Amino acid sequence: MGTLTNIYRSSVGKKFVVALTGLFLCTFLVEHLAGNFLLFVNDGGASFNEYSETLSHNVIIRTIEIVLFLAFFFHILTATTLWWRNRKARPDSYAQNQKSANSTLASRISFLTGSIVFIFLVIHLRTFFVPSRFFPSENPSMYTLVVFAFSNGWYCLFYLVALVLLGYHLRHGFQSAFQTFGIRGKNYQSLIEWIGVIFWLLIPLGFATMPIYFFWTTHFGG
Amino acid sequence: MNFTLKAWRQKDKNSEGQFATYTATNITPDMSFLEMLDAVNHDLVEKNQEPIAFDHDCREGICGSCGMFIKGRAHGPQKGGAACQLHMRSFVDGDLITVEPFRAKAFPVIKDLIVDRTAFDRIMQAGGFVSVNTGGVPDANAIPVPKTIADEAFNAAACIGCGACVAACKNASATLFVAAKVSQLALLPQGQAERQQRVEAMLAQMDKEGFGSCSNTYACEAECPKEISVTNIARMNREYLKAALG
Repeated sequence: MGTLTNIYRSSVGKKFVVALTGLFLCTFLVEHLAGNFLLFVNDGGASFNEYSETLSHNVIIRTIEIVLFLAFFFHILTATTLWWRNRKARPDSYAQNQKSANSTLASRISFLTGSIVFIFLVIHLRTFFVPSRFFPSENPSMYTLVVFAFSNGWYCLFYLVALVLLGYHLRHGFQSAFQTFGIRGKNYQSLIEWIGVIFWLLIPLGFATMPIYFFWTTHFGG
Repeated sequence: MNFTLKAWRQKDKNSEGQFATYTATNITPDMSFLEMLDAVNHDLVEKNQEPIAFDHDCREGICGSCGMFIKGRAHGPQKGGAACQLHMRSFVDGDLITVEPFRAKAFPVIKDLIVDRTAFDRIMQAGGFVSVNTGGVPDANAIPVPKTIADEAFNAAACIGCGACVAACKNASATLFVAAKVSQLALLPQGQAERQQRVEAMLAQMDKEGFGSCSNTYACEAECPKEISVTNIARMNREYLKAALG
């Protein structure tokens, strides 16, 4: 335990925590997206509601949920601590600084994209998780909640903007986590980049299909 | 060529600094940036004004003294070279050139463009060395080192400790500097004895000095006059993980 505390105290140790929790959260995104695709099963939401019910009551899922919350907590807390320390490392800024000449935008605004994704997360939990988990009797099924939420154009727009920012966050974050763990080499660097595409491009695109589909079917079709 | 120079002037560590504007006239394209500063300073001395103070020594990109932030870039707008290797032909005639010191909490400004980089010395003292018994010179090739490993170590050893990595990093982190030193010694047989404590001690000193941590933007690699690779940072992170858990 003492060893782990010492590691966490160091700046590199904190980076390990951000990287490890970040990669764990990436695996959660895969599961979340896969489950959400049940929304598209043409049975009036029966499959999706059943899946949602299972998630709410399964003991294993509930246990993993605690790990997930801890991962979010430590990812956000540790990244914020690092960000705060890093800000203090340069009290006087440059009069002229051509940052775009030496680094990508995604890598420089990771904290900003993460912060907005965090705001999205809070609203997202308030819309779907809180009503279904804590007040199930007072609320309609999860499928109905989804259809209702995505019938609102502003909510859909916010959702899409948040997904673009999530993509930006992962554009930097995914490969960055491997670098932090020292996994970098000529032979597998391109593999990491390609797997990264799944996370920063395909997964946000996958999530984006849902608000677009439900907004479209509510207002223009169905 | 003629330029307008916006240079940072600061009397000493405790004074507030500000920019002052000068004109650099009759500059030839083949002059180095430091020679241009020499010419401006010559004019200032002639006018009985205080010349712009800047660090320099070898003027051939080896000593790592001449770090300054030129036109928004560490060592100016060139790849793989120090400010002394930057020629005025890299600029357009009539350019406004902003020149300011490397800015980091751990690199306090001493005067004008000169910063105190002794934080790097203290990081080196914390672990950037090998302890060997003095004695007769060992025979060449007595300790075999494979060529690929020797090359990797040599690439890391090319670090001149100029501080451009700190200057370019959005977090003013010294990670690339520490990673280069850790890598160089971790790769070679002579560095094995202190391998574990070295990485921990140097990184702890880096934190203590007030440098930031690495955000993997790789700005350091892009601005390093010796083009030290961020592969060294990955190696250092592995070294740290092994040392800390081991």
